[in-house]
Amino acid sequence: MTQDDLTIADPKMKAHGVNVFYGEKQAINDVSIDVGTDLVTAFIGPSGCGKSTFLRSLNRMNDTVASAKVTGQIELDGEDIYAPSMDVVQLRARVGMVFQKPNPFPKSIYDNVGYGPRIHGLAPNKADLDVIVERALVRAGLWDEVKDRLAESGTALSGGQQQRLCIARAIAVDPEVILMDEPCSALDPIATAKIEELIHELRGKYAIVIVTHNMQQAARVSQRTAFFHLGTLVEYGKTTDIFTNPKQERTKDYITGRYG
Amino acid sequence: MTFNAAALLLLIAGLALIGWLAGRARSNLLAGRAGAKLHSRPQYHGWYVALWLFAPAALFLAVWSSVSPALITNQVLATEAAQSLPSFGFERGAILSDARAVAQGQQADVRLPAAAPLVKPYADASHKYAWIGIAAMLALALAGGLYAFTRIKPDFRARTRVEKIVMLVLLLASLVAILTTFGIVLSLLFESIRFFRLVSPAELLFGTEWAPTSGAPQPDTFGGIPLFWGTILIGAIIAMIVAIPIGMMTAVYLTQYAAPRVRQWVKPCLEILAGVPTVVYGYFAALTVAPALREFAVMLGIPNASTESALAAGIVMGVMIIPFVSSMADDSINAVPQAMRDGSLALGATPNETIRQVLIPAALPGVMGGILLAVSRAIGETMIVVMAAGLSANMTANPFASVTTVTAQIVKLLTGDQEFDSAKTLAAFALGLVLFIVTLLLNIVALRIVKRYREAYE
Repeated sequence: MTQDDLTIADPKMKAHGVNVFYGEKQAINDVSIDVGTDLVTAFIGPSGCGKSTFLRSLNRMNDTVASAKVTGQIELDGEDIYAPSMDVVQLRARVGMVFQKPNPFPKSIYDNVGYGPRIHGLAPNKADLDVIVERALVRAGLWDEVKDRLAESGTALSGGQQQRLCIARAIAVDPEVILMDEPCSALDPIATAKIEELIHELRGKYAIVIVTHNMQQAARVSQRTAFFHLGTLVEYGKTTDIFTNPKQERTKDYITGRYG
Repeated sequence: MTFNAAALLLLIAGLALIGWLAGRARSNLLAGRAGAKLHSRPQYHGWYVALWLFAPAALFLAVWSSVSPALITNQVLATEAAQSLPSFGFERGAILSDARAVAQGQQADVRLPAAAPLVKPYADASHKYAWIGIAAMLALALAGGLYAFTRIKPDFRARTRVEKIVMLVLLLASLVAILTTFGIVLSLLFESIRFFRLVSPAELLFGTEWAPTSGAPQPDTFGGIPLFWGTILIGAIIAMIVAIPIGMMTAVYLTQYAAPRVRQWVKPCLEILAGVPTVVYGYFAALTVAPALREFAVMLGIPNASTESALAAGIVMGVMIIPFVSSMADDSINAVPQAMRDGSLALGATPNETIRQVLIPAALPGVMGGILLAVSRAIGETMIVVMAAGLSANMTANPFASVTTVTAQIVKLLTGDQEFDSAKTLAAFALGLVLFIVTLLLNIVALRIVKRYREAYE
């Protein structure tokens, strides 16, 4: 575990000594990581290495799994997100998430994006909601494609459009962090390119954490990369360093395609 | 010597076994002698012979067992001893069956003296037809077996043929239920047509006066509207007001909130509830709920409060339907992908908001289908309404009054001594036909909705 060259002055999220258990099985073993405010952080590693599990503990989505248990400390702006005083509903409004498979609600495009602002009371009236929905769709790069058919069902869009709709849905709540769990694994190369472009544009507006199988993708979109293996964090550093000059033998083997 | 179908079936099964062994042996032998490769493995040749031996003979057996008693009786009736029989009616049948029972060894001696002279002709005829039947059956079995046996060659495609026969058997099995339903519909239809010759369909469907009192001074009237209204009031309105909210809440609790251990207990309990005989619900409605409701109504000062009330029947029927609605809703909510739930929770929605705004709307088509199926069950339900809803055909929206339903009237029309050609009795069939058509349509619509909903989530 080398963290010497990491210069994150003001981390958005800080994880320290995190363990995640599913029943008896330990899925994450003593992971410490800082997520920078203006950075895209990529988690890479072979299947089953725990990168998605760790991601899901950053917005407490693991709470929905009855057998899951998280120990250690995870902070958002210095606040312990597992403290009893933390309201998980507010936490998830601040830490949004985009899933592996696009999962739009079976509602209209407008209602998909408007869902979050409505439940959080962000839009007092219809005009405000219109503004929020338009802005989110513009930011997600979907506005021009759907502006004339906002009343159509979100499930009628193509896979790539659905995923951008899900990103718009997350943006509409105005979160501080966006977690993306392999957002392109169900998409074709063109749709993938659009999402990557979008991540570039969103950088700086939100702290972004992306889990990916695709090492080229991690190299293209991120500034920091963490390599997970068998539930432990093997190496974490600047993306350029990880891919050109890895310090650990295991990282080197993985990125040169020796396993995984 | 009598014709014992079970024993004969065993006999041809035994022959089929021999045929199986012979077929297999022959195919092995042929393959060995010619040095050729068999197209089908030897046991398929065995099955081919066995099926050809068994199937025609068994089919003949089935036909013969239903035809031969009539043939025997005809022969007996042609004898001199039978000429002294009474020419018609119950007595004649009793004497014949008495003689037959003695002749076939089911009883030691005749009970009716008139049957005694018929015993011998019966025994003779039984004997003769039994031999004819057995001989024909064996001939068929052997012919079938030999035909199949001679066809065995190394390149004979026994496997494809056996598989075709197996497919045919499966097809026949699946047709049984369909053909039976078809038969039921036809019988309903014919009796209904007889009814509609006496009373016009328009009167049944649109008439507002239901008074099938045969023998009364004024003519019978068969206006079905009061019955249809009663059925809808009890089955589709009151029962659903009870069943839909409670069933939905049960499903939401069980799918979203219940700990696995609670769910493990509550679900089977609900399923058991669905298996309680409806007559038990009927007792409960008539003896407990209805009197309590009547007292309540009297207390409120509602006129026409009856001990047989639409409300009592409807509430109990609703309770009966709860497991039905809750299990359909449970299935639909569970069929909504976990990803949908996660997506909502990840936006900071509470579990409650997630259920109300995402899960239930997504599950709604499936739930609707379930509710329609529940309605079709409720309007066809009989025992509860017979016991608790009463038989007076009132057109009233007062739930404390007594109303009647289609099913309750069918029971009333068909019980007791009735001639089967009066309009009163035939009306039961016409009502049954209406009920059948309505529930059939409801089921078709419901299944369509459910199917389309399933497709939406692959």
